[in-house]
Amino acid sequence: MRHLVSAADLSRDDALLILDTAEELAQLSGRAVKKLPTLRGRTVVNLFFEDSTRTKTSFEVAEKRLSADVINFAAKGSSVSKGESLKDTALTLQAMGADAVVIRHHASGAPARLAQSDWLHGSVINAGDGTHEHPTQALLDAFTMRRHLNPGLGNDLAGRRITIVGDVLHSRVARSNVLLLNTLGAEVTFVAPPTLLPIGIENWPCEVSYDLDATLAKTDALMMLRVQRERMNAAFFPTEREYSRRYGMHGGRLAKLPEHAIVMHPGPMVRGMEITAEVADSPRCTAVEQVANGVSIRMAVLYLLLGGATASDTNSTNTSEAAK
Amino acid sequence: MTSYLIRNAQILGGPAQDVLIADGVIQQIGADLVADAEVEIDATGLIALPGLVDLHTHLREPGREDAETVLTGTQAAAMGGYTAVHAMANTFPVADTAGVVEQVWRLGKESGYCDVQPVGAVTVGLEGKKLAELGAMHESAAGVRVFSDDGKCVDDAVIMRRALEYVKAFDGVVAQHAQEPRLTEGAQMNEGRVSGELGLGGWPAVAEEAIIARDVLLAAHVGSRLHVCHVSTAGSVEIIRWAKAKGWNVTAEVTPHHLLLTDELVRSYDPAYKVNPPLRTAEDVQALRKALADGTIDAVATDHAPHPAEDKDCEWAVAAMGMVGLETALSVVQQAMVDTGLLNWEAVADRMSHRPARIGRLTGQGRPVSVGEPANLVLFDPAYRGTVNPESFATRSRNTPYKGLDLPGRVHATFLRGRATVLAGALVEPGEPA
Ligand SMILES: [Zn+2]
Repeated sequence: MRHLVSAADLSRDDALLILDTAEELAQLSGRAVKKLPTLRGRTVVNLFFEDSTRTKTSFEVAEKRLSADVINFAAKGSSVSKGESLKDTALTLQAMGADAVVIRHHASGAPARLAQSDWLHGSVINAGDGTHEHPTQALLDAFTMRRHLNPGLGNDLAGRRITIVGDVLHSRVARSNVLLLNTLGAEVTFVAPPTLLPIGIENWPCEVSYDLDATLAKTDALMMLRVQRERMNAAFFPTEREYSRRYGMHGGRLAKLPEHAIVMHPGPMVRGMEITAEVADSPRCTAVEQVANGVSIRMAVLYLLLGGATASDTNSTNTSEAAK
Repeated sequence: MTSYLIRNAQILGGPAQDVLIADGVIQQIGADLVADAEVEIDATGLIALPGLVDLHTHLREPGREDAETVLTGTQAAAMGGYTAVHAMANTFPVADTAGVVEQVWRLGKESGYCDVQPVGAVTVGLEGKKLAELGAMHESAAGVRVFSDDGKCVDDAVIMRRALEYVKAFDGVVAQHAQEPRLTEGAQMNEGRVSGELGLGGWPAVAEEAIIARDVLLAAHVGSRLHVCHVSTAGSVEIIRWAKAKGWNVTAEVTPHHLLLTDELVRSYDPAYKVNPPLRTAEDVQALRKALADGTIDAVATDHAPHPAEDKDCEWAVAAMGMVGLETALSVVQQAMVDTGLLNWEAVADRMSHRPARIGRLTGQGRPVSVGEPANLVLFDPAYRGTVNPESFATRSRNTPYKGLDLPGRVHATFLRGRATVLAGALVEPGEPA
């Protein structure tokens, strides 16, 4: 595998290899010297057309821990309304000898276009495109779930029930998660008002419910999605108060979840409307842990795409080398 | 003027006959004609159809000559077998005055490859607010009969009503680009299973159907002629079928690409497939084919929409909408309609020449292939098989969804009032001895 554009690019073996590699790399963060020489001499460009301090920092930390030469290319503010900018930027990066481009773009499909074009020869890693996908986020979510629900190298999420709540329509996290979680054997239920579910969702490999309370008792992991305030103005739901009553996470709902269930949030959290402080600060909320796991996952992806081994080499790859 | 003797052409797919063309007119048709002609063409295996008429072409001049000019656009039309095209009004400046429509009409005359009939804008600047001087455009040398804000929908019901009423005075027709604007805000492809998975803004079928439903009712109410541009959904077909059953004066067109391609292709995020209205589902394609076959949809119109490379060689979201179509239209229709047994060649002539000419009220075009008629003809080779190579196109742009695809058929020759514009698959310059 050369690129990671969609969670659909990953077979079960690919996904488990990434999770297992991340598990080994995670041990590194506990050490005094957190750096590996794996990507020394390789150039990784973080190409961010859209603000995202969290994702960008996470990738940057991962790249530096693998000793890559890091270039941050903020395309924000440049004229992206004209179509040439992505192509011209790609040609520039190509000329600079980029071995990998981590791209965040406001337009769905931009990383796919970059990966298929002849503008660039390096690997393309999708760090979130429009309302399409965010595969490394899905991987770190799966990593977090596995640690809590079925820990151990080589394990998947077979039979685990995941409920994803909120703005599925506009969520790249939801799209990548449903694909990856299915690959790993989990059962996914989306919960949202009908206005925030995409047309055609009946064809997705998931259940759909409009009723959060009805799904809580049979949930192993509850993932909250961000709801942007401007959705209200576009009449996706009547008021924040009504949304919060029907789909917000609070202490009462937390109590209805099984003992072992975790509450996840990709952050940043909008406290009050979608999640109360009581839930956000509860030990069962994994939001902070997810951030740490994000670095391990991104190191694993970069390592596997650039470090010689490829995901399609599957389990035979000796990943322990990474942790030497 | 050069005279031509065409040997052994199947006229409208009928038996092979000879056709003698001289002085711009079909002089004789028959078996083994004995006649003196300067050029003899062996048309064995070729079909003779009346010159094609397009109701919906974007020639881009004035304003976007980097994408197309009247000259290159009419050359592409000739290569596709067309002898007349309607040039859409969304140019820069907009064709919303007598001056601009006359300019386009004159450029067409000078090109010599194809008749250019300008379409006048319905509203000033295509803004949907104020009627353009429809009467002045009709009275100009261009004699405009078809009015459209194509690219934009005349969404204000009162403006649409007034336009429909007003053009009755000179037997005009309003050609509507049916797109409810609020329902298509941020739309980038057909709304459905694929858009949901790709996370691209959806253009729902109902946004087209709701406008068509409203417009057929308005047209019936004021007793005027309505033409529906590029119908793309099964639901739209049902509404048009209902309106026709009521006896209302409604006509409709479908593009070649909506007869062949589906929204599944958008999974590639290749902007070659980005078009307005968007590619729909396989069920829609089937309904459109059936409607064209049974006559509910009157005509095939190309919606030829050339764009320069820089407007397409980019990411999906910012890419321009549209595809070129003049040079591939007849091949796509053969693939989708003839080779599938849905239409015979006589019906192809009806949907691509006779009916579009009648809708546009072009008297000298869309005529039968018979003695005494103006010699507007295309000789088409349905047995030809070839790979579409955009580099060989006459159009100035290369934005085709068929690149590298094997399509059947090829235009061998085109005649505009007795002058060959294309011979042996190549353009003939005006004044060049054939
Ligand atoms: Zn249009």
